Amino acid sequence: MTTAMVEARGVRKNFGVIEILKGIDLRVEKGSVTCLIGPSGSGKTTFLRCINHLEKVDAGRLYVDEHLVGYAERNGKLYEMKERQTARSRLNAGMVFQRFNLFPHMTVLENIIEAPVHVLGRPRREVVVEAQALLDRVGLGDRGHSYPQELSGGQQQRIAIARALAMKPKLMLFDEPTSALDPELVGEVLDVMKSLAEAGMTMVVVTHELGFARQVADQVVFMDGGVVVESGPPEQVLGNPQHERTKAFLSKVL
Amino acid sequence: MNSTSKEVTAMHNQPPVSDTKEPATAASGDSIPVVPLKHPVRLALAIVLILVALSAAWDVAVNERYRWDVVVSYLFAPQILAGAGLTILLTVVSMTVGIALGTLLAIMRLSDNPILSTISRGYIWFFRGTPLLVQLIFWYNIAALYPVIAFGLPFGGPSMVLGSANVLISPLGAALLGLSLNEAAYMAEIIRGGIGSVDKGQYDAARALGMSGGKLMNRVILPQAMRVVLPPTGNQVISMLKGTSLVSVLAISDLLYSAQIIYANNYQTIPLLIVASLWYLLMTTVLSFFQNKLERRYGRGFDSAPRRIRKPKTRTA
Repeated sequence: MTTAMVEARGVRKNFGVIEILKGIDLRVEKGSVTCLIGPSGSGKTTFLRCINHLEKVDAGRLYVDEHLVGYAERNGKLYEMKERQTARSRLNAGMVFQRFNLFPHMTVLENIIEAPVHVLGRPRREVVVEAQALLDRVGLGDRGHSYPQELSGGQQQRIAIARALAMKPKLMLFDEPTSALDPELVGEVLDVMKSLAEAGMTMVVVTHELGFARQVADQVVFMDGGVVVESGPPEQVLGNPQHERTKAFLSKVL
Repeated sequence: MNSTSKEVTAMHNQPPVSDTKEPATAASGDSIPVVPLKHPVRLALAIVLILVALSAAWDVAVNERYRWDVVVSYLFAPQILAGAGLTILLTVVSMTVGIALGTLLAIMRLSDNPILSTISRGYIWFFRGTPLLVQLIFWYNIAALYPVIAFGLPFGGPSMVLGSANVLISPLGAALLGLSLNEAAYMAEIIRGGIGSVDKGQYDAARALGMSGGKLMNRVILPQAMRVVLPPTGNQVISMLKGTSLVSVLAISDLLYSAQIIYANNYQTIPLLIVASLWYLLMTTVLSFFQNKLERRYGRGFDSAPRRIRKPKTRTA
């Protein structure tokens, strides 16, 4: 029970008066794949962004690799971290976005080496070699000198995965990584994610790809209205849902 | 109005042309002969304009009262060259300070701290809202308000006297102060627009990679803002170059003032204004050239930029 990569206890989040997360409890074991599914507006993306502290948690505790996210706990009080400390703590997790968010003014290779060189301060030559290996791994070894806009959506998303991996994160967060893609490009991105899961990476994936969830996930979490409605292994949540809301959602999606 | 209506009738005459094209299509099958659309009105207008331009050029060349001989003799006069040098110095210093201070003001304006953003807003309101000429004369006469400049604690605390305002703020100093502070207000708005044009997802991506503060701004946001900031900044540099001629009211011998001193003596007003204008034109031409190069540099990776040839791709193909 001590090997959780992510542990959420009663995590709450408001945007103004609207409560987006109403107390999330969740465990993500090291080396496991968790898929967050649910209707839009259910808080899946917000929760994912909380794990990386891109959104501040308003109440409850969120631990990544046994460290409290965004706060330091001293003498029974929580102290908000400085921006620089928060930035450091984000290095545990790599993040992949729905809209790719590659840096358009840099080439593919520059995108990948940017953070290792300028955040970690590692020697450029060494990082370039690793970046090339990552590009080969996502099947784009010959596109290092292209600009993101010259690539297809699927290729851009694979580059975004490589860029996150270049920081050697312990955890990968995926925010609807295939939702902005043309249908024929979805497969190539899911293939890269599958191979990543097989290599033992801990992953939290917000997705609408139930086939992917069934095949790859160790745990499927169904969220609705800011709470976790149901969670468990995919054959249970997807194959034999217990809750009415889960059944209703699955019947609409399938 | 007349020319457009003629063009409309010309368009109405088109159908017969395309009708004759149709059978050819069916016959040849693969390539269709294309008859380009003719623009008779446009052509006539162009010819008229060329004639007007030529006659104007001819007149300028043969009209003795332009005194081209005087223009040539003063074009490289030492006072004129010195004046041009000072104009460049004023432009470079004022733009540099203006851009640096403008960037700071833009970041303050976008800050979450309401005090910082209000201060920035107030600064921009004041310096954009009063005429540059007034600001220049104000700084020139600052000694009337503050005869002595000192360094010390506010509200009557101890202070260290630096010297007389008249000595510390020379006419050149007043000119640089006026131009820089005014420019900063305009640059702040331009840079704010540029920063605002960068997609919010870029902040997310940079933060997720562990960037924050200055690094996030300098490495990710500002280089992308540059693309939007550069064209209006080019405008600002050029208008600054010419705007420096306002400092002639402070008796600073910039390019225009140097020309004025000469024609005050020899009464060759028009030839010397031509000399000054030719130098201004040369300088703005050079500036436009560099603006173009910079725009291309910062447009890389965006659609508007010319595509680079990708070596690896051509090799595999």
